Amino acid sequence: MWKTIKRWYHQLGSPVYFYRFSSAVLPWLLPISLVVLAVGLAWGLAWAPVERYQGDSYRIIYIHVPASSGALMGYIAMGVAGLVALVWRMKMAEVMLKALAPFGAVLAAVSLVTGALWGKPTWGTYWQWDARMTSMLILLFLYLGIIALQSAIRDPRQAARAASLLAMVGVINVVIVKYSVEWLQTLHQGSTLKVIGESSIDDAMKWPLLISMLGLWLLYAANVLMRARTEVLNRERRAGWVRKLVNRP
Amino acid sequence: MNPVRKQRLILVLAILAGLAVAVGLAVYALRQNINLFYTPQQVVSGEAPVDTKMRVGGLVVDGSVRRNPETLDVTFAVTDGKGTFDIHYRGILPDLFREGQGIVANGTLISRDRFEAEEVLAKHDETYMPPEVQDALEKAGHPGGAGKAGSGSDDSEGYSRGYSESYSSDRPAD
Repeated sequence: MWKTIKRWYHQLGSPVYFYRFSSAVLPWLLPISLVVLAVGLAWGLAWAPVERYQGDSYRIIYIHVPASSGALMGYIAMGVAGLVALVWRMKMAEVMLKALAPFGAVLAAVSLVTGALWGKPTWGTYWQWDARMTSMLILLFLYLGIIALQSAIRDPRQAARAASLLAMVGVINVVIVKYSVEWLQTLHQGSTLKVIGESSIDDAMKWPLLISMLGLWLLYAANVLMRARTEVLNRERRAGWVRKLVNRP
Repeated sequence: MNPVRKQRLILVLAILAGLAVAVGLAVYALRQNINLFYTPQQVVSGEAPVDTKMRVGGLVVDGSVRRNPETLDVTFAVTDGKGTFDIHYRGILPDLFREGQGIVANGTLISRDRFEAEEVLAKHDETYMPPEVQDALEKAGHPGGAGKAGSGSDDSEGYSRGYSESYSSDRPAD
């Protein structure tokens, strides 16, 4: 088991192998993610029952929660990629770090906007400087900072090193986002979905939510693969295998 | 592991651990400023300052909402099970405002048991339930809906119990 994981790790660390692997996976991953996301959203937005107090406005959960969880997980993945890039100087980790940022930033922004739109009818306000909302805003700024750092430094390896540090340090903020609603008094409610124990959402509402989350995560993964492929081609443009690939009739 | 990498790994992890501790201490030290609101317990015990602009939060006590039929004035009591005080507000309350609901009010504490609100926000809890399920739970005599038959009130009572249970168990007084 450990050996298999290790072999995978080393194989995917090679740009050529990654390019071939992603060529095989992507034609499946992208359509599947879109179908799963469409099923989850249609089920949640059109067929799931209304909520007893919020009526239909609760349905924004089917966009808000998948987007927020995607933004948080994407950031954790960037932190791991940053650690691997800093310590092992692995090129593919640098590529992944760069590929993860844009979609994650979009998801963080979607989370903030949908949260505000839901907050107005539910809470009576678009925005409060409570710990959950403020730390989520910081997460968006961290994403933007990483994108900015990478475009500000011309040498890709130097850029990756700077971005790796920011990505790793920013993981502390992810912990704050996650636990702010438990440790501090906030306007935002606690987590509805629980990994351990029973979730406090009715099953008829929970399943479309889980499917939407899965769909969005898969779409994020597909987007990362696509971005990483472009980045690999760009970085390896002088390598023999890329030349062969490009000159192929 | 290659010694150079090992050294780098230890260095990076040490920096991270140091930063995490620093941030943790900062959040802990500033938590009174980061917390969005004071709890009723803090208001009653004198921890919350009088005559200062601030936010308070708690559950609206069942049967405590008194409206002036002539104006928009409304007075209600909030509690967290450890303290209770009155909030006075003039204005339009959010749709989710009801007895048993968690709220956050922005305003000034006039005395230990009276708060003058300029803004009242409803706090939603993490429970999502369709109306039919709520009815079924009440018919089946679930704790969330028990005692409903005699009282004849609306469904807010079951909600408040579920909420205050989670409120007190999730957030022990610190």
